[in-house]
Amino acid sequence: MRAPEAAASPKVELRGISLRYFGLEGETEALRDVSLSVAPGEFVAIIGQSGCGKSTLLSLISGIIKPTSGAVLLEGKPVAGPSRKVGYMLQQDYLFEWRTILDNTVLGAEIQRADVGKARERGAQLLTRYGLGEFLHHRPRQLSGGMRQRVALARTLTTEPDVVLLDEPFSALDSQTRLALADEVTDILRREGKTAILVTHDIGEAISMAERVIVLSRRPGRVKSEHRIDFATPDGVRPTPFAARTTPEFNHYFNALWRELEVHVEG
Amino acid sequence: MSKVEQVAASPQYQDWLRRERRGRLAVRAAQLGILAVLLVLWEVLPRAQIINPFLTSYPSALWPTFVDLLKATPQQPSILAHTWATVLATVIGFTMAMLLGLIIAAALWWWSGLYRVLDPYLVVANAMPKTAFVPIFYLWLGATLSIYGMSLAISLFITILMIYSGFQGSDPNKVKLAQTFGASKGQILTKVVLPGSVPTLIAALKVNAGLSLVGVVVGEFQSANLGLGYLIQYGSQIFKMNIVMTAVTILAIVSSLMYLAISALESAVMRRR
Repeated sequence: MRAPEAAASPKVELRGISLRYFGLEGETEALRDVSLSVAPGEFVAIIGQSGCGKSTLLSLISGIIKPTSGAVLLEGKPVAGPSRKVGYMLQQDYLFEWRTILDNTVLGAEIQRADVGKARERGAQLLTRYGLGEFLHHRPRQLSGGMRQRVALARTLTTEPDVVLLDEPFSALDSQTRLALADEVTDILRREGKTAILVTHDIGEAISMAERVIVLSRRPGRVKSEHRIDFATPDGVRPTPFAARTTPEFNHYFNALWRELEVHVEG
Repeated sequence: MSKVEQVAASPQYQDWLRRERRGRLAVRAAQLGILAVLLVLWEVLPRAQIINPFLTSYPSALWPTFVDLLKATPQQPSILAHTWATVLATVIGFTMAMLLGLIIAAALWWWSGLYRVLDPYLVVANAMPKTAFVPIFYLWLGATLSIYGMSLAISLFITILMIYSGFQGSDPNKVKLAQTFGASKGQILTKVVLPGSVPTLIAALKVNAGLSLVGVVVGEFQSANLGLGYLIQYGSQIFKMNIVMTAVTILAIVSSLMYLAISALESAVMRRR
């Protein structure tokens, strides 16, 4: 099932990752022996039920937490801490209300002590491209949820990461904005050739956006299965996430993944 | 978007606006009314001998007393000098409390073990009746320093506790966001925790300014020969309630002005968010 290019020279690789949390009430095993690899430019989705440790996987890849055992490799080198090559988009925008939109997008450059002037230029460029050109000097509270999440994307991409981690980035949005933004974000990431890892519990989102879907089991999270997502289109170009939802393959993948997730609705 | 379209106001909306305005005026009128009633009672009850004028003085006696006290005599500096001494000590007191409070709260945030160790001491220090230390500070610090010491003792601990709990209340997701960019602890402090705590800092300043004034006045009771606290003490010792009440009234005005200044600062800062 493994994608052939992922085996070649992976951009991101997890080798036998295990993670336990310690508390006074006891220890929790969040992840057990997770191995996976992601090829350069690939868009991978990780799905699983809430609490299966999928968000934790992203925190491990970003280097803000360390695994109890196993290794995280970025371009073949072990991850020791946050890297400039990795951008992380969280579940909500978490824009700083005391900064303007443009000042929010240069936060990463400031922290990384990069050229802030250049970052402002790039941030303004990205914001303009995302249709926020007239809001550069507005405050976050003046923007709608969808606009704010686009600012968060600009903030992530202003530091020019190669790998973008997306932790349920649309979960706080209403369903229409969600579909529209999924299209935009996928398009932006594909066009810029980013390697993307999306974590979600939304099966449809995973299938429509990613080339490969990895299913995690219930806690402790293990890799349960991997699915390549292919759409047969006449021109051979992958459909947009929105268009993908209307294809026959979408339903096929959806049913397969639905069964794997062992969803049990009570009552 | 949050921009409201500018359209011609409907008659219903104009009605609503009028009612709103009338409501606001009514509140203002009631506030001034209460002040007027209190002043009238204070004037009339002693004059009618219902309460002893020797104990309360009258509002109408305050202005002549104030004018009288404006003149400096060889024994007594002008009341303006007294007021200035108290205001200056208060400003110095709450500035020091804010600075020290900020530094100590930041240290407690930085080393969480330090906070866990010191927590009970801070809570007890805050709960102690600090005025009990007035005579002790007088002996330890002397006349001038004991006033600052009192002011600081009263306001510092609550300032530390307030600012620290503001720091603790920083959004952990914003901290995580900064960490994803590789932020150091110092950067998390300066870019997330401090700017996010500005509302708490202003709230602390509000509490702190009032408490500093209390500390200064109480300190002056014991040890000063200048300041409104001293003037109150002096007036009561020579049974001149006019002097006492004039000094108290000036204190009320000083604290109102301080409150207004901090409110102005608050709305200036909040407008920027």
